[in-house]
Amino acid sequence: MRPAQFISRLALTLGLSLGITSLGAPQPPARAAESQAASPTLAAVRSRGVLNCGVSGSVAGFSLPDSKGVMQGLDAEGCRAIAAAVLGDATKVKFVPLTTENRFTALQSGEIDVLVRETTWTLQRESSLGLLFGVVNFYDGTGFLVKKSSGVTSARDLDGATICVEPGTSTELAIADYFRANNMKYTPVEIQDVEELRRAFLSGRCDVYSTDASALAAFRYIQGEHAGDYVLLPELISKEPLAPVVRKGDDKWFDIVRWVSFIQITAEELGISSHNVDSFLTSQSPDIRRMLGVEGDLGKSLGLDNKWAYNVIKQVGNTAEVWDRTMGQLGLQRGLNNLWNHGGLLYAPPLR
Amino acid sequence: MAPAPSRPARPLASARERRAWLISASVTALLVLLIAWVAWRFLAWAVWHAVWSVPAGPDGAPNTDACRAALGEGACWAVIGEKYRFILFGFYPYAEQWRPALVVLLFIGLFAASLFRRFWHPSLFVVWAGALVFSAALMWGGFAGLPFVPADQWGGLPITLFLATVGLALAFPLAILAALARASRGLPLLKGLSILYIELIRGVPLISLLFMASVMLPLFLPPGIEIAKLLRAQIAFILFAGAYLAEVVRAGLAALPKGQYEAASALGLSYWQSMRHVILPQALRHTVPMLVNTFVGFFKDTSLVLVIGIYDVMTTARTAILEPRWQGFGIEVYLFLAVIYFAFCYSMAGASRRLESRSATPLAATEEPA
Repeated sequence: MRPAQFISRLALTLGLSLGITSLGAPQPPARAAESQAASPTLAAVRSRGVLNCGVSGSVAGFSLPDSKGVMQGLDAEGCRAIAAAVLGDATKVKFVPLTTENRFTALQSGEIDVLVRETTWTLQRESSLGLLFGVVNFYDGTGFLVKKSSGVTSARDLDGATICVEPGTSTELAIADYFRANNMKYTPVEIQDVEELRRAFLSGRCDVYSTDASALAAFRYIQGEHAGDYVLLPELISKEPLAPVVRKGDDKWFDIVRWVSFIQITAEELGISSHNVDSFLTSQSPDIRRMLGVEGDLGKSLGLDNKWAYNVIKQVGNTAEVWDRTMGQLGLQRGLNNLWNHGGLLYAPPLR
Repeated sequence: MAPAPSRPARPLASARERRAWLISASVTALLVLLIAWVAWRFLAWAVWHAVWSVPAGPDGAPNTDACRAALGEGACWAVIGEKYRFILFGFYPYAEQWRPALVVLLFIGLFAASLFRRFWHPSLFVVWAGALVFSAALMWGGFAGLPFVPADQWGGLPITLFLATVGLALAFPLAILAALARASRGLPLLKGLSILYIELIRGVPLISLLFMASVMLPLFLPPGIEIAKLLRAQIAFILFAGAYLAEVVRAGLAALPKGQYEAASALGLSYWQSMRHVILPQALRHTVPMLVNTFVGFFKDTSLVLVIGIYDVMTTARTAILEPRWQGFGIEVYLFLAVIYFAFCYSMAGASRRLESRSATPLAATEEPA
């Protein structure tokens, strides 16, 4: 065939096929709105039938796909819990992987409904970015990891050190503040890619690897028998409460995101887990009956089905179960992330 | 009788020759040794000391201690065994991954078939179009009992192949139209538009085009209309490749002697007839090496979609080694990836050579593909 013929036919057939494929793309069935939702975000999620949830997609323990391509981690479970409460199905989540730079834009522009991406709750983010932070799902703090051979035992010894840090994070700001307050100098090595950053630390390009203590502990844990070569310095130089984030201006949606977290905390406190939640349906306790939607209209008052809490516990589980599946796998102790009556900070207001 | 004068040796030339031989021999020997040493080290790492599989730990998850013990001495191919399905197919539902696998095989089969002249028949395009429609339908599903899989769950190799194949196939006609418009006389508006398009697209990096397609394009669309992210990226790729290919085609047009144009019009051919039967067949033949050069570069550029959150095969590979258990085995995964990319890019180069030898123009005979 002559090239000219080739080209004209190519153009025609491909043009046609593209037209057909784009027209023929089946749409997911729209879910009829179950009740009059006063929240525009809730209405959007319901009509879409899927929760658009912003995650990092690249941090073990928080959100990372496993070998089967399923997103795993504390943040991923947070997304699933919201989907279970709102749509009755924890699998109806579209995970949107975001970087530290574009995460807030994605939320502000409406590309995602909620951001569960190990994001630190700070005053400035809430006051000037038009964002609201939900219940803290992980209490963290900026720490320092050094090689044992360096002989450093305290952050006070770090004057003049080279520090590997991810750009655009609150870790970066915390380090700057800490060194200025203590009148010490340091050289930052800023690398966006976590894997690259860690390699830089392992290869000795920097003396210190600094990020949230959870990530440092996990990083140390996976070094296996070499874990002992690294020391996590005792000082945590910042408070890093990580929480889900929503846009300001949709209070109903904020309520839902917040109370889904409280449900999981309450469930742990009451000993209700995904395995035994069905047996609690016949419980005589008024609190539990209200919570699981056996009586009362707690769900309705949020604009949800009364089975919302049952769905969250049955399909995702309570805070302890989620922890064991995610952070527990990385060898992390619960510490501050335990219930208030076990020495932690998890405390839920009453459900009534 | 005087003894026959012995042929005087040419000491200088001989010494020079001997020295040249010595140098060449020692350089060769050195190179052979070097290559042998590198090959030995590589084989030792990649084969003899390699860990091919790891046992499952008490919790059912793989235990990578064996790999970690061999770190630096032997490759850990177990990471490929564990992760190849995620690398190749990304977030596509695990149980349904035979669908993208079939699509990839279909693409490879059709690419291979398209290399043979005996298949160069108009029906090949029908087959290709059918294959594209079939692939897209198979990936989406939602019929015949196949669960629906939205495009944002597609990932890995099919994404790379779709973006590159559809992108190039649609960019090529666009490029020809743009090149013809730019080379035209008497249509100043069209010519200006073509120049504007080509220079504008060439003047910005592909990444910014992708960002615009993913972030800005939705803002211009009327509310209620939503174009899938993949389709938006595809459009950006078509526009980008179109601009580059247009300049390649224009070079081919400019290289043709003026007599060809004059001869075509002397025969009474219309503009389109002369383009189709005289000008383009020759112009395109000349530009095969440059076209393939652009194709190869473009195929690799598809990995840039990671900046807008699409998991092509490059991104899935990088994500696969973030799992704590498998951290530190990046070299193995990148090698696996390199083999995939090389296989496709080298086949394109091979296709180019074949095209050139088939279209026996003097230019094609003397030039190597770039």
